[in-house]
Amino acid sequence: MLNFIVKRIILAIPTLIAVSFLVFMIARLAPSSPVEIILGEKATKENVARLEKEYGLDKPLLVQYVNYVWGIVAHGDFGKSFSRGGQPVSEMIRQDFPVTAQLAISAFILAFFIGIPVGILAALFHNSWFDRLCMAGVVALVSVPSFVIGPLMVIYFAVRLRWLPVSGWDSPAYTILPTIALGSRSAAILARFMRSSLLDVLKQDYIRTAMAKGLSKGRTIWRHALKNSILPVLTILGTSFGGLLTGSFVVETIFQVPGIGYESINSISKRDYPVIQGMALLVAIIFILANLGVDILYGVVDPRVRSQEAQ
Amino acid sequence: MGIQTGPIDAVPPKFEEPLISQPSTSPGRDAMIRLRKNPVAMLCLVYIISLILIAIFAPLLTHYDYDFQDSNRYASLPAKPDHFHRLGTDNLGQDVLSRLIYGARVSLGVSVVVVIIEVFIGVTLGLIAGFRSGMTDLVLMRVTDVMFAFPDLLLAILLAAVIRSGSQALPPVTSVLTLFVALGIVGWPGMTRLVRGQALALREKEYIEAARATGVREKNILFKHLLPNLLSPIIVQVTQDLAGYILAESTLSFLGLGVQPPFPSWGQMINNALEYKDSQPQLILFPSLLLALTVMSFNFFGDALRDALDPRMRK
Repeated sequence: MLNFIVKRIILAIPTLIAVSFLVFMIARLAPSSPVEIILGEKATKENVARLEKEYGLDKPLLVQYVNYVWGIVAHGDFGKSFSRGGQPVSEMIRQDFPVTAQLAISAFILAFFIGIPVGILAALFHNSWFDRLCMAGVVALVSVPSFVIGPLMVIYFAVRLRWLPVSGWDSPAYTILPTIALGSRSAAILARFMRSSLLDVLKQDYIRTAMAKGLSKGRTIWRHALKNSILPVLTILGTSFGGLLTGSFVVETIFQVPGIGYESINSISKRDYPVIQGMALLVAIIFILANLGVDILYGVVDPRVRSQEAQ
Repeated sequence: MGIQTGPIDAVPPKFEEPLISQPSTSPGRDAMIRLRKNPVAMLCLVYIISLILIAIFAPLLTHYDYDFQDSNRYASLPAKPDHFHRLGTDNLGQDVLSRLIYGARVSLGVSVVVVIIEVFIGVTLGLIAGFRSGMTDLVLMRVTDVMFAFPDLLLAILLAAVIRSGSQALPPVTSVLTLFVALGIVGWPGMTRLVRGQALALREKEYIEAARATGVREKNILFKHLLPNLLSPIIVQVTQDLAGYILAESTLSFLGLGVQPPFPSWGQMINNALEYKDSQPQLILFPSLLLALTVMSFNFFGDALRDALDPRMRK
């Protein structure tokens, strides 16, 4: 077991390195250098040289990359913002990330506790009107982006009915609409996945055997089918959490939620790309770690995965 | 009296009984028959084709240019729908209907171009990786692993943000090119994996072995023997990816990273309309409805196409 976990963690390291390198290199694609952005076009040569030295931009690219990664690993230092008078990006992350995390987690809980039961019921009542209705709803929700659902909910629940606030992030009431806007698509994806997984399991021989030996339908489903069908669903939980974090870039913009997404999008118009770079890297790392967590969890709950690995 | 040598009049008896006749059929035709029996899929197809026609003939269908600002006519903007502007105008006095129609051009245009990029890169690399195995395969698969380790929309946001971060504002045409680059880079790994997996499976089939044994060149095996057998999964993937790219384009445009004014895009129209959600909710409603219907049509049609092409997948 421990072997399996350690192996998984070691395997994730090259991916982390590659992703951080990718983010770093993308930021270097920018048409104007950071110094140009900070000082403007009329800067003197001495000033440019001084600032390049200060930001370490005079060193070779690979050295810059190693320094950047080392800064993150050793000091949690994601570089400095251009537009906010050199405020460290890590400070902004510390401020904004809890908000995004809260939003993403509540959307995840919503998606899980609606998507999974709906998927199970749709599979159990396969080909009934309920199943068809659910699946139509799933395609609809998968097709409608959060920036359509969000504003429509705002128009109805906030502007017309005045039940909920339009935007901002104060009391729990403020979290309801953003959570639904963010979580509904994931709920639909989970429901679809859960349904097809359970349908697959219900076709298996061991289910027929369980029924044949006289187990009631309820017990067969509860003891044999559900456990096995929920396993494949675990694999997409990591991806779906990553999707929620990225989705928060859009939802935070709609509802003006002060999280990392809102901050990043604002930084884009200020061409403050250390901020975007830092926040994107953070989300990518969380995404990889979430997938790693799911991978390990999968091995822990399903011994078959571990034994396959061992072979 | 000799033997009669003239033409033999007697006709040999014919078997009048007709053979059991079956119309010639192919897997493709079977799939089309199955697809035609699906009313939802047909409805979606009609919608998609109409949208394509509307996008192509946009100038003939609109009374106003997408960037014509009819601001003198009204005391306050945005204006409600009236006789002049059937769906009203936006905050600059631009005709909403015209912008929706030209927006279809942008949405479909961007997604089609990106899908072409995806197919070109993804299919080529996937075929090579799946067929060659070894080092090429290993390297390509590690690269796609890294791309998959990144939430795709985030990568597109990052790319679009960085490309646009120059000191001068990009001209609107360049903003569309930026989208092609950002989405094109993000899109291909999925297709590469799909094609590689299929190619790996097909590689072992007898007909490929036969082709190889008879000395067919590798390029010909790849493109004349493997590729045609990969077409149906590729077509299904393309249909679903079109929906994904329409969504991605509108998301980036919504965030201000995609299509720039005066070019219209549904995502950008929704973002502009957010400010007027209290007084002019129709500004949000129209592009939202169109976007949702379009993506839904592609998704429904893609699902139906998959079921039709691969009946085993049917659930």
